[in-house]
Amino acid sequence: MPLTEKVPSSRCPGSLTPPDSPFPLTAQELQSLYQTGKTTPSEVVEALIRRIEGLEPKLHTLTWFDAARVREQAKALERQKDSKGPLWGVPVLIKDNICVQGVPTTCASKILKGFHPPYDATVVERLKKAGAILLGMANMDEFAFGSSCEHSCYGPTRNPWDPTRVPGGSSGGSAAAVAAHFTPMALGSDTGGSIRQPAAFCGVVGLKPTYGRVSRYGLIAFASSLDQIGPITRTTADCALLLQTIAGFDPRDSTSGNLEVPNYLKALEAGVKGLRLGVPKEYFVDGLDPQVKQSIEAAVAKVQKLGMRVTEVSMPNTQYAIPTYYIVATAEASSNLARFDGVQYGHRSPNGQTLLKMYTQTRGEGFGPEAKRRIILGTFVLSSGYYEAYYGHALKVRTLIKQDFDRAFQEVDCLITPTSPTPAFRLGEKLEDPLTMYLSDIFTISVNLSGVPALSIPCGFTQEGLPIGMQLIAKPFAEETLFRVAHAYEQATDWHQRQPQG
Amino acid sequence: MKYVPVIGLEVHLQLKTASKIFCGCATTFGAAPNSQVCPVCLGFPGVLPVLNRQALVLGIRVALGLHCQIQPHIVFHRKNYFYPDLPKGFQISQYDLPLGTDGVVELPERKIRIRRAHLEEDAGKLIHKEAEDASLVDFNRTGMPLLEIVTEPDLTSPEEAYLYLKTLKAILEYLEVSDCDMEKGSLRCDTNISLSSLTPPSPLRGEGKGEGVLGTRAEIKNLNSFKAVSRALHFEIQRQTKVLEEGEKVQQETRTWDDVQGVTLSMRSKEYAHDYRYFPEPDLVPFTVTPQELEAVQKNLPELPKVRAQRLAQQYGLSGADAGVLTSSKGTADYFEDCLKISSASHAKMLANWILSEMAREMNERNLENISGLKFPPAYLVELVGLIESGRISGKMAKEVFVECLKSSQSPAAWVESKGLTQVSDRSTLKEAALGVIQEQVQAVADYRKGKDQALMFLVGQLMRRTQGAASPAVSQEILRELLEERRP
Repeated sequence: MPLTEKVPSSRCPGSLTPPDSPFPLTAQELQSLYQTGKTTPSEVVEALIRRIEGLEPKLHTLTWFDAARVREQAKALERQKDSKGPLWGVPVLIKDNICVQGVPTTCASKILKGFHPPYDATVVERLKKAGAILLGMANMDEFAFGSSCEHSCYGPTRNPWDPTRVPGGSSGGSAAAVAAHFTPMALGSDTGGSIRQPAAFCGVVGLKPTYGRVSRYGLIAFASSLDQIGPITRTTADCALLLQTIAGFDPRDSTSGNLEVPNYLKALEAGVKGLRLGVPKEYFVDGLDPQVKQSIEAAVAKVQKLGMRVTEVSMPNTQYAIPTYYIVATAEASSNLARFDGVQYGHRSPNGQTLLKMYTQTRGEGFGPEAKRRIILGTFVLSSGYYEAYYGHALKVRTLIKQDFDRAFQEVDCLITPTSPTPAFRLGEKLEDPLTMYLSDIFTISVNLSGVPALSIPCGFTQEGLPIGMQLIAKPFAEETLFRVAHAYEQATDWHQRQPQG
Repeated sequence: MKYVPVIGLEVHLQLKTASKIFCGCATTFGAAPNSQVCPVCLGFPGVLPVLNRQALVLGIRVALGLHCQIQPHIVFHRKNYFYPDLPKGFQISQYDLPLGTDGVVELPERKIRIRRAHLEEDAGKLIHKEAEDASLVDFNRTGMPLLEIVTEPDLTSPEEAYLYLKTLKAILEYLEVSDCDMEKGSLRCDTNISLSSLTPPSPLRGEGKGEGVLGTRAEIKNLNSFKAVSRALHFEIQRQTKVLEEGEKVQQETRTWDDVQGVTLSMRSKEYAHDYRYFPEPDLVPFTVTPQELEAVQKNLPELPKVRAQRLAQQYGLSGADAGVLTSSKGTADYFEDCLKISSASHAKMLANWILSEMAREMNERNLENISGLKFPPAYLVELVGLIESGRISGKMAKEVFVECLKSSQSPAAWVESKGLTQVSDRSTLKEAALGVIQEQVQAVADYRKGKDQALMFLVGQLMRRTQGAASPAVSQEILRELLEERRP
């Protein structure tokens, strides 16, 4: 593996995987070691800190990391007398667009440099209550605008499987850190594929929950009607465990669903016998990498063997997903990002002598090129005279795309597609060509437009050793179905056990 | 050529809720700057709005009071523009589906159509300090619930605009949904006006504007009193007339009223008009107003000015005009009816006359909005009218007594007595008469003993009647209470 070639274990302070090291452990494995007294949170964070300090300069997954604060959290947990929460002692990395009180939360944007939120996002509040250790903040494309993690004001994150390649985006820092064993768990956010595509590129599990399943309070909005926070982990069971902790109704988010949260870990064991799997033919198109196609076909055969009934389904409006998405998402983004005006927090240009100058200079200096591109696009599609032709029209097409899913789910319980048409591409490869970059989300975008849940799980490797991910999609609030299928598949394969260092 | 003004009015009403429209912050007026704020109303990254249902209920109450149709699905939109007092860079407002539509406000001779009434959040306040090189922002007002009430361009003169505003304010006061205080900004007003050169609208047709083509309109802002609205419209009619007579075109623009100079000044022209890029607020789901909820609000609507005026006219034989003026302020109408609780109904007209002439004049002189500001309680007026009716003092003397009482805060009877004017406040005489009343009014006495204070007022009235209005109501009340307490079984 390229990573081992470039960073030989003998010279790496956090040498890759000594047999007694906790790095490759999942959250569940950590918990059982805690329970039997075989290790402590302090021991675990020490090992992780060593590993992060050794490999982070190569991978650049973090935007903020304070080893002292991590140690403090571990010690505080050990002093804790009362009952232990469901994530006691488990490190979780937070994407840099989820507010943590007092910790710089910047969306990897210059315009938010120095911003310390005065409050915790609901998911962060729930993690703290569950006893998790907040490890730090993860790198991302600025304001989640991107599919490669290259649009970050801190510079790009690299893929642990091949540091010349991107980790995917926008939750690239989260996915790369989980793949590099910096943490067993991370939170990402997914507006058009931003959890699933990097999970696929980095060979880990990533879930975009149903819209409304996880509170968005404290997630710095990109596109309010599409955004969801979700888990990135190395196993399906850990994914279920993390979702269990963060899911559920939040009165502070009017779009959060007031529904019971099922016991996801229990659902894992239910198996897949009798479940109906749909293969949407529109997802197997030109431009799909043959190795990716092969892996998905093999996976379909595998789950069929496990007892799923497989049928082909049609989702005729899939081809309109990208244009629809880039109208709806940019329109909402242009409005959501209006608050970054230099008045209250973040960057304010020293060169603004008039109010208008202050606005234009601040925003001109603060936003990167992709953010500007999307703000301009979104402003345009909402402008008087263009609204109906673009935004109004996109809302109608969005309904059609949603109906595709409704129809499909009358026939099947779960859909399977590739997560991304290609494995991880090289840094810089698509940076100068935004449209090609947008196409890397072609299979994930419809899911956000429809609000349904979808999970990406490793399903193979290319000849070059790059991970391939498959996407499972279920009905609204049927995350259990995703976990059942993914867990059964995971048990029958060993893709998830491979590690970047080979 | 004769021009006809075509005028429309927009009123922003701050709804009196305990907390803001989309967060839990308090709404107290006059708190220290930026002391009533939280991440939500400050528009911090990551926050989300949650609708305060009470704002919706108050909004519906107003819309129903203005006879609007109520939208069954309440949808909010974002109105996007940059300004330092708008922390999110957009205002949550309503657009194509306002809370209420197609309402009406009835003026004595015409009906003014209400186009829409919609809910929105207020912005903060910019404070410009002369000496400093910077402006300050106070976000306490940010997120206060507002109801914007927009008329059709049905108004045809500054006087009519003024009358509409007075009438609207009376209705809003009766509904008890807002302080309606222009000085505190809880009621604000913008107007737009154009001149039409064609057929004038018929004032009695009750609706509609003149036939033919409308002129170009100017919007006027910064109107801080109803009088300013009227003055600004007068100025604007003159200005636009002059422009047209000189063969020029009126520009579509926003103008600001300078109250000191008495002129309107151009703020921004159409080229700089905002494109607000309205779109549905994705952070709020549409709200449904059920027929049951609507019925509950409808059921709790108070008697509104017009109905009250009709009732007062009928009940006390007042003229329609008098009843109209009397009910145009809730405080005044309440004052009148409080008087009648302790006065003979036969004095109603005289009480009304006193309220509408002497008291109104004094209020005007003191620039008082509410009659309670005169500190001349209903019992005093009843006493004063009693003195006149019983012939103890003449009407002319009464006016003097009134003025003196306002100065000294004394009751009219006390003042008359101190000046040696006759007045039946001799306790033994009154006590005898009071005993007679108690014997006669068995039911009222029983009611009083059950705890109905109203019954005492009735007994005072009876005592006044027995003494032909010459008894001092204040003393009467005291004696009756003493006797009733003494003789408690």
